Amino acid sequence: MPIIQYDNVCKKFDNSGRLAVDHVSAQIEKGEFITILGSSGCGKTTLLKLTNRLYDPDEGKVLVDGENIANVDPVALRRRLGYVIQQVGLFPHMTIRDNITVIPQLMKWDKKRMDERADELLTLVGLAPSEYRDRYPHQLSGGQQQRVGLARALVLDPEILLMDEPFGAIDAITRLNLQNEFMKIQEGLGKTILFVTHDINEAFKLGSRVMVMNEGKLLQFDTPAEIVKNPADSFVRSLIEAARSQEEFWENVR
Amino acid sequence: MVQKIAEYIATHPQQLAEQIAAHIGISLFALFVAALIGIPCGCLAAKLQKGEAVITAPFEMLRVVPSLAVLILLIPIMGTGVPPAVTALMILAVPPVLLNTIVGFRTIPDFMIESARGIGMTESELFWRVKIPCALPMILAGLRTALVEVVASTTLAAKIGAGGLGEIIFTGLGLYRMDLLVLGGGLVAILSLASGWVFDILTRRMLRYKYV
Ligand SMILES: Nc1ncnc2c1ncn2[C@@H]1O[C@H](COP(=O)(O)OP(=O)(O)OP(=O)(O)O)[C@@H](O)[C@H]1O
Ligand SMILES: [Mg+2]
Repeated sequence: MPIIQYDNVCKKFDNSGRLAVDHVSAQIEKGEFITILGSSGCGKTTLLKLTNRLYDPDEGKVLVDGENIANVDPVALRRRLGYVIQQVGLFPHMTIRDNITVIPQLMKWDKKRMDERADELLTLVGLAPSEYRDRYPHQLSGGQQQRVGLARALVLDPEILLMDEPFGAIDAITRLNLQNEFMKIQEGLGKTILFVTHDINEAFKLGSRVMVMNEGKLLQFDTPAEIVKNPADSFVRSLIEAARSQEEFWENVR
Repeated sequence: MVQKIAEYIATHPQQLAEQIAAHIGISLFALFVAALIGIPCGCLAAKLQKGEAVITAPFEMLRVVPSLAVLILLIPIMGTGVPPAVTALMILAVPPVLLNTIVGFRTIPDFMIESARGIGMTESELFWRVKIPCALPMILAGLRTALVEVVASTTLAAKIGAGGLGEIIFTGLGLYRMDLLVLGGGLVAILSLASGWVFDILTRRMLRYKYV
């Protein structure tokens, strides 16, 4: 049974003439690392939000663990799915530790357990706990805030992680480290990950399968190798060509 | 003049202390009532998309009536003393609290709210843990505006026998005594400035995260 299944899912916003997500169907198996690739405005964020009920589909349905999520309490669902929001969205009035452990606090974990968990996660995302745990978000750089956002999403050890451009504000070197670190985490813990990016290299490197989207439609959903070998249409082909031409630049410089 | 004022202070220390205490007491009480009305009404109005004016308009209309007129109009209803004074001052104080509360809630970025929902907060957890703290700086700014205005206007409370520093000023007016007018007016001004200053210190404490 797929862990996530999209079944002809559509979402339209009131003030827009076209579908933000247009009849998307896909099945994701447990433990897969799915990257979602597409240019700005193609519906990547909307698809993620349809997965944790921040939006409900106008048509079709989304199943998680075989259950139509329309029948699942959104709060319970969201606590099962880790969510890294594109805008990071740390709470400005809480310390880094409290940002990471808000939900555990609401669930009345004991203090010691929360402190340990916060430190463990900060270490995992490469921030020294003693240095950062008592700071406030505005005392961190954009990239550091993104990493805290990732730690916050991991706090309940969710089976599924929804990540909306989590490495957007991170420099190339740290990004590479985080990507490698992250692939290890995922392999070790067997989590299922949906990872939005508009960086084709990132999408192909991280994804065991890649969803290519354009204008709300899912154009192709396959392994990176298969997509490169058999691009589904001209849009996918041009995407690959764009990446290739970049590569050529590096080859020529060498 | 300075000598006369010093003399007055020396001969009426007890009375002055009582007037200052009454002045502060009435002001704080009026601010408290205004907060009790303005903040919840502001929360509610911020939720309404267009019907906001239903809540804000009555308070803004009342606000336009001169406080002195309000006091006189209240006499047949509430008599004299502290209750009508607090009511008149509360009318002054509600609009800044109310309007700032609305702005405070309206300016919370949507993604902040989505972030809270997305990690699994319930609506009430979202309200208390995220919305209120995010709106708090604006709410406190509204309370500060109201406080400074109320402290200055509490002078009028003496008109209907509620006490406060207005007593010195109205006595001075009655007796044509410039020294009393200067003393009373000066004390009200100092109190008003000082209240803003104390409030700023409290605000800094409450919003410590902004100042680290
Ligand atoms: N709340 C909203 N109200 C109206 N339209 C929206 C809303 N959110 C998104 N849209 C529209 O839906 C489409 C898809 O948006 P979405 O945020 O999913 O794009 P995206 O692929 O995540 O883009 P980006 O890479 O820029 O983040 C866009 O055309 C956008 O303008
Ligand atoms: Mg997006």
